[in-house]
Amino acid sequence: MAAIWYFLRSTIGLKVVMAVSGFFLFGFLVEHMIGNLLFFLGPDLLNGYAELLHASQLFLWTARSVMILAAGFHATTALVLYLRQRAARPVGYRRTRSRTFSYAARTMKYTGPLVLVFVLFHLAHFTLGWQVTPAPFVEGDVYANVVASFQHTWVAVVYVVAVLLVGFHFIHGGHSLFESLGVRHPRFDGLIRTVTGGFAVAVTVGFVALPCAILFKLAGG
Amino acid sequence: MNVVLMVWRQENRDTAGRLQRIEAKDISSEMSFLEMLDVVNERLILAGERPIAFDHDCREGICGSCGVVINGTAHGPRRGTTTCQLHMREFHDGQTIVIEPYRAKPFPVLRDLVVDRSALDRITAAGGFVSASTGSAPDGNAIPVAKPKAEAAMDAAACIGCGACVAACPNAAAMLFVGAKISHLGLLPQGQPERWMRAEAMVAAMDREGFGPCTNVTECAAVCPKEINLSVIARMNRDRMAAVFLVARRSPRGDTA
Ligand code: HEM
Ligand code: FES
Repeated sequence: MAAIWYFLRSTIGLKVVMAVSGFFLFGFLVEHMIGNLLFFLGPDLLNGYAELLHASQLFLWTARSVMILAAGFHATTALVLYLRQRAARPVGYRRTRSRTFSYAARTMKYTGPLVLVFVLFHLAHFTLGWQVTPAPFVEGDVYANVVASFQHTWVAVVYVVAVLLVGFHFIHGGHSLFESLGVRHPRFDGLIRTVTGGFAVAVTVGFVALPCAILFKLAGG
Repeated sequence: MNVVLMVWRQENRDTAGRLQRIEAKDISSEMSFLEMLDVVNERLILAGERPIAFDHDCREGICGSCGVVINGTAHGPRRGTTTCQLHMREFHDGQTIVIEPYRAKPFPVLRDLVVDRSALDRITAAGGFVSASTGSAPDGNAIPVAKPKAEAAMDAAACIGCGACVAACPNAAAMLFVGAKISHLGLLPQGQPERWMRAEAMVAAMDREGFGPCTNVTECAAVCPKEINLSVIARMNRDRMAAVFLVARRSPRGDTA
């Protein structure tokens, strides 16, 4: 036990917690995105899927607990590591020039918390049924709620922007998590980056499709 | 050629520093960067001013003493090259060259461009060695080492401990340095008995010194004068993870992990 605790407090242990929790969060995203795409197959499938997820309280709360734990560990380790980064360079350079600049990598500390804020809004909106638009929230009728919401431009814009932020977080986090877990080799780096980058793009497109389709009246009419 | 230097000047670790503008005229493009600083220093001395303090020793790219941040890049614009091996022909006439010391909490500035890098030595002292007495050098091939492992170990052992990885990392992390030390011994048979203990002890020492965490932005490997591969960091991560289960609680040195 002491050995595990000692490890988890090291910078490498913290990164491992961050990587594993991030992996669960991304895994959930992929599942969520596929679920969302059922929208395009009609109300019966989407609502049926939602019903299935709610069929067992045990299953529902187990899944929710895993996600809450993953988010909690991820955000906590992010904060601890961020503070260590800050402390490690109290005096900065007058001039810096990057050789490997990656926008996604450098903005992780902004995209992460922004996504957290969005997730809270999102849960309030579609899970707790906060009335963010005039249309009343109908418990269980996911299809109707989604269509009613995304007719409002600002709601669609909030979701699209948030998903783009998630996509950015995914572009760096996707390969970074493998590297933090020690999976890195010149022979496989390209493959890992391509596959995780592909996932990032696919998830982003998959999520953006729904609000866009409704806003532009291509579906759900 | 003529260049304009913007050099960091700082009296000692307790005083504040500033960038000083110094015009360096009639510099030969064939001079090394350090020779250019030597010339500038001679002129400063003749003018009765304090010369610029900078670290150097071998001036042939093998000792790791030199190393400053030149126009925002550790060791300057040429890849795979230490500051001492950099030549003025890499710059153009009239160029402004900003020269700053390495910036990291574990590397306090001692004077001008000289920083105290003994934090790296303390990490090495925590486990970057083989403690068994091995006698004199073994006969060639007496201890078989597979060719790919020997090559990878040699690549990691090329680290000269200059600290450029720390300087270039946006988080001031020392992962490439520690990874190189852990890898070069961890790949060889002589390094196996203490492999897990070494990973645990060196990572702990790295944290103790206050180096930052890695965010896999790969800036370190891009400035490394020895072009150490990022896979050493992955190896360190794996060895440190394995250490959780494999470190014998009591080491031959008698200290508990
Ligand atoms: C709760 C809000 C969040 C914060 C504050 C946050 C912050 C961070 C930070 C600072 C990093 C380290 C950046 C780096 O390694 O360069 C990171 C990495 C990562 N994040 Fe997040 N993030 C959040 C939400 C998320 C979400 C929602 C996901 C997935 C959907 C996610 C997945 C990842 C992954 C996989 C990594 C890479 C882990 C690694 O490098 O080992 N994060 N996050
Ligand atoms: S002075 Fe020895 S490496 Fe540059």
